[in-house]
Amino acid sequence: MTPPTQEPFLKRLMDNPWLLLVLGVAIPMLSYTAWGWVEILLVKPATLP
Amino acid sequence: MTSLTATIPTALDAPGAQSRHCDTTGLKVCLSSQSFIKLSAVSAVVFLLLGGIAAILLALTRWQAVHLLPVDWFYRILTFHGLNMLIFWILFFEVAILYFACTIPLNARLFSRKIAWAAFAMMLTGAVMVDVTILVGRADVLMTSYLPLLAHPAFYLGIILVAVGTLTAVFNFFATLYIAKRDRTYEGSVPLVTFGALAAAIIAVVTLLHGAIVMIPTFTYSMGWTPQPDPMWYRMIWWGLGHQSQQVNVCAMVAVWYLVGHLATGAKPVNETVCRGAFLLYILFINLASAHHLLVDPAVGASWKIWNTSYAMYLAVLASMIHGFTVPASIEMAMRDKGYVKGLFGWVTALPWRNPAFSAVVLSVVIFGFIGGITGVTLGTQQINIIAHNTLRITGHFHATVVGGTTLAFMGLAYYVIPLIFRRDFVWRGAARLQPWLFGGGILMVSLGMSFAGSLGVPRRDYDIEPSGAFGPASHLFLGIMGVGAVVAVTALLLFCFLCVGTLLFGERNSGRAMAEWGAAQRLPGVREGLLDHDHWAMKGTIALTAVFLASFAVYYFANWKALADVWPVQ
Ligand code: HEM
Ligand SMILES: [Cu+2]
Repeated sequence: MTPPTQEPFLKRLMDNPWLLLVLGVAIPMLSYTAWGWVEILLVKPATLP
Repeated sequence: MTSLTATIPTALDAPGAQSRHCDTTGLKVCLSSQSFIKLSAVSAVVFLLLGGIAAILLALTRWQAVHLLPVDWFYRILTFHGLNMLIFWILFFEVAILYFACTIPLNARLFSRKIAWAAFAMMLTGAVMVDVTILVGRADVLMTSYLPLLAHPAFYLGIILVAVGTLTAVFNFFATLYIAKRDRTYEGSVPLVTFGALAAAIIAVVTLLHGAIVMIPTFTYSMGWTPQPDPMWYRMIWWGLGHQSQQVNVCAMVAVWYLVGHLATGAKPVNETVCRGAFLLYILFINLASAHHLLVDPAVGASWKIWNTSYAMYLAVLASMIHGFTVPASIEMAMRDKGYVKGLFGWVTALPWRNPAFSAVVLSVVIFGFIGGITGVTLGTQQINIIAHNTLRITGHFHATVVGGTTLAFMGLAYYVIPLIFRRDFVWRGAARLQPWLFGGGILMVSLGMSFAGSLGVPRRDYDIEPSGAFGPASHLFLGIMGVGAVVAVTALLLFCFLCVGTLLFGERNSGRAMAEWGAAQRLPGVREGLLDHDHWAMKGTIALTAVFLASFAVYYFANWKALADVWPVQ
């Protein structure tokens, strides 16, 4: 009997739609949305002259 | 032959399954997904037609010599065009592609008809609400509806319905993938087309989440229930919807490239892992690029802008270049294998150019890559963007991507969808063979006319450039080129709608036989299959083309840095 062989990491990742879904949502949500949101929150409101 | 899957109730080849046998491809077709592919595709074409009518009105207004519409109708129709084309036409067609990709290639039935009905009803109701609100003049806010501009609540509610409806369809897609995998209706990994659709679906989730985050508070504000959301915040989240929806298109378009390449020439991906890897790069990185819409916004910093539009985003550009290489390379290899081995480009003349799906895809690859891709990367560079922001160069860029690229590829796919899913052969086949060339040629003129006018400073979304007194004959010439191109492109668009409707009504039924062939590449007599299996130069023509592409890219990119330096000379 042959021992069960582990498939390469990339292939397992690409065969796993759920992990892809999580990563695909998390990366832009952090890099674009969350970071951008924080930057906008940090802008101080303008004081009227 | 009975297959292993015949005992699985959710498989399409199980006894009693709601499926039919396709007489052209030999595949099993899920009847539920077939009905929803039909519904979505027909609605998509209706919105394309509406958007096309708007397109010609806009182009004939921006063409200053004609200047057709009055000012209020210009902005009304601009709003209408953007939403019907970019959102409704594209989303409905994508839903059709998703339903196809999760069922037929996987031999699985659609998860739920009820959910598909709910999704379709929400999308259609939402789209009709939006269109009516615009046309009665209660939403002259342009597609982006930037706050503090305010539309009638029905406009926002309509967009929310479209977004939730699409998300529901995407859910149906994932649920179908889940049961297909659980019940093992297919073996091994999903086919590449399905993987591409998966990438599109994942990106759609991100897109629609942003849509919900931004549109719900804007809707409640328009009802007077909550205070106004911050306009800067609105812009950032809105582009998480507006830009990312374009990446859904890119994935779907690339999946169509592979599919039609295979149908017309028998091309097989050069290397499956590399192609999937490129889709993986899309899933992970392409969405960051939304930041290019905020490159001149004051509230977000340079690190955020440059990280999201350059460093990380170039990984997604790499993915596009991989697809742009592997699609022609796989076609070249298939052609050489069939015996067309003469010189660098001998195979090109033997391609099935008379097949409208194929010519549409080739034009789509060329226009998307050479014009859309090169201008996109350049305009998305923070420093260069300052000389192009809000000019017609931007509109010129995306008419090469979403129109010359995505729309043309989807039109190409329709030349197979109608015979295979609606089971009617196309009428007026001569006109159909011409249609992609007309549309591609027209859009090329539109895109170049806009881009050059924009380079001279002509703004986008501007009803009348005359009062500024800043624009000479050259600007007007390029606006004229755009106008003539628009007439050609819209004629081709109407021809496409006409062909589709004509075929649905009068096309000869092809049930019980294979569809009437558009023309596929034939093997030369006496040429054995697999002759070139060990020839590493079997894609030399594509390599030469790639060299031309990279050289054009470099020239354009550095010419723009030069143009930037000229604006602001350092002495
Ligand atoms: C059929 C040929 C088409 C022509 C001749 C055409 C022409 C135009 C013109 C003249 C404008 C106005 C530019 C301005 O004044 O700023 C415009 C805007 C636009 N078009 Fe098209 N278009 C076509 C097809 C499409 C398609 C198929 C799509 C999407 C899939 C599309 C998406 C857009 C978008 C998003 C805008 C910008 C709207 C805005 O600024 O709010 N167009 N188009
Ligand atoms: Cu964008």
